[in-house]
Amino acid sequence: MGVGDPFAMAMAHAHASGMGGMRAAGDLVARLQMTRGMKIREAKQYVAGKLKIAVSDLTDPVIMTEVRQDLQLGTMSPQPRDARGIEAKFRIAEALGIRINCVDRFRQKTAF
Amino acid sequence: MGKIFTRFGDGTPTELSEVELMQDLEAGTQDAAERGKIAALSPEELKRIYEIFASPYNFVSVERGHEVVLTYDAATLKIRRVGVAVDRIQALQIYEKILGADTMELCHVDYSFKPLKPIVTMEQPVLEQALLSTHVPLFYGAMPNLGIYSQPDGPFPNPAELMPAGKIEAAKESYEQTVAEAVKDIVSVAGAMHESGADGINIDTVGAAGDADFLAALLATEELKRRYPDICIEMGMAGEFVIGMHGGLTFHGVRLAGLYPHDQLKLAEKAGVTIFGPVVNTNTTQSSPWNVARATTFIKAAGEIAGIPIHPNMGMGVGAVPVNDHPPIDIVSRASKAMVEICRLDGL
Repeated sequence: MGVGDPFAMAMAHAHASGMGGMRAAGDLVARLQMTRGMKIREAKQYVAGKLKIAVSDLTDPVIMTEVRQDLQLGTMSPQPRDARGIEAKFRIAEALGIRINCVDRFRQKTAF
Repeated sequence: MGKIFTRFGDGTPTELSEVELMQDLEAGTQDAAERGKIAALSPEELKRIYEIFASPYNFVSVERGHEVVLTYDAATLKIRRVGVAVDRIQALQIYEKILGADTMELCHVDYSFKPLKPIVTMEQPVLEQALLSTHVPLFYGAMPNLGIYSQPDGPFPNPAELMPAGKIEAAKESYEQTVAEAVKDIVSVAGAMHESGADGINIDTVGAAGDADFLAALLATEELKRRYPDICIEMGMAGEFVIGMHGGLTFHGVRLAGLYPHDQLKLAEKAGVTIFGPVVNTNTTQSSPWNVARATTFIKAAGEIAGIPIHPNMGMGVGAVPVNDHPPIDIVSRASKAMVEICRLDGL
């Protein structure tokens, strides 16, 4: 994406062609592109397989909120005692079977 | 059907007849095909873009299932640019929780690797703190910006002054020296942010200062991948065409000057780039349909040969998005949909 006011860029592209971020599974699919270099189709299939859902569910905020709540992967509206921030990223790394740089760093910093 | 509402590349409203709309689409794809020596869009693809522009709705979107991942260059900068007085970590939370971002980018207002080097230890704690409280992948980004390595901003003689004076060899030598320094700065800053936990590094606006700028980004990527094999590097380009300010610079034997997106991509892959962001410039004097046909022709050629994810730049002034600080969403959404559905994209 690029220059332009957030209404025209971040919001317009998100609605026109984005995956919805953590409202759905956009952040999870992005992680497979970033850590494994997967193309979009492969990344979607991988995430759907790991979460045991259909590829079409990945952009559905209702289904994905339930999935994220069940697996504690972080949600837009977290409830008390829910995993959030770095806690949720530990769960994401585990659920997707990937390494997350800041999670590895957190482990190193908290281990004796 | 009567006249079809659309715009020029600067966002100015206009109307086209059905015949004029198709003529603009054909002219746009032909322009890209001739410049890039690539295939023009097929009649079916032009018809698809025609239908997108003929839609009477203010806003259009991709068909269900065609959604792609979005990456954002200089994200935190854009919240401050519109005058919202929040800290950068708050800006990231706005992207994550309010704008539905798939990924985010932390950046400094002085968005170049060179000025970041002496303050990187002030940037690392911000990134580390942001990573504790956010969920979606977080890039750290900046530009190679080789323009600030020459006098009066940097140590080397200014090629823009040497060339008009006929000192061509001295100008070329200056460019070569700036490449070496820029690589050191990019590797130093990107390495520090990776070690602080960044999910990825965005080397952005690559090629803004010409072929030397592109070479610095490619060499820095190679070195970063050598030091950190798992590092994610996104390379976003500055323009559709690498300007030969030096003219003779090569990477793995390929001359950089004059390369269009599909050839830039091959070198990015060779360097070890994880996600490539090609650019097609918007022409302000042509219509938006002309610009969309032209942009999709270039990006489709890159998408067809890409072995890595590609996220074309779709910000103001590129990817057929109008050149205006407030790009109208009728055209942004049409460009977004056409780009994703015509080209084999992984993101924007």
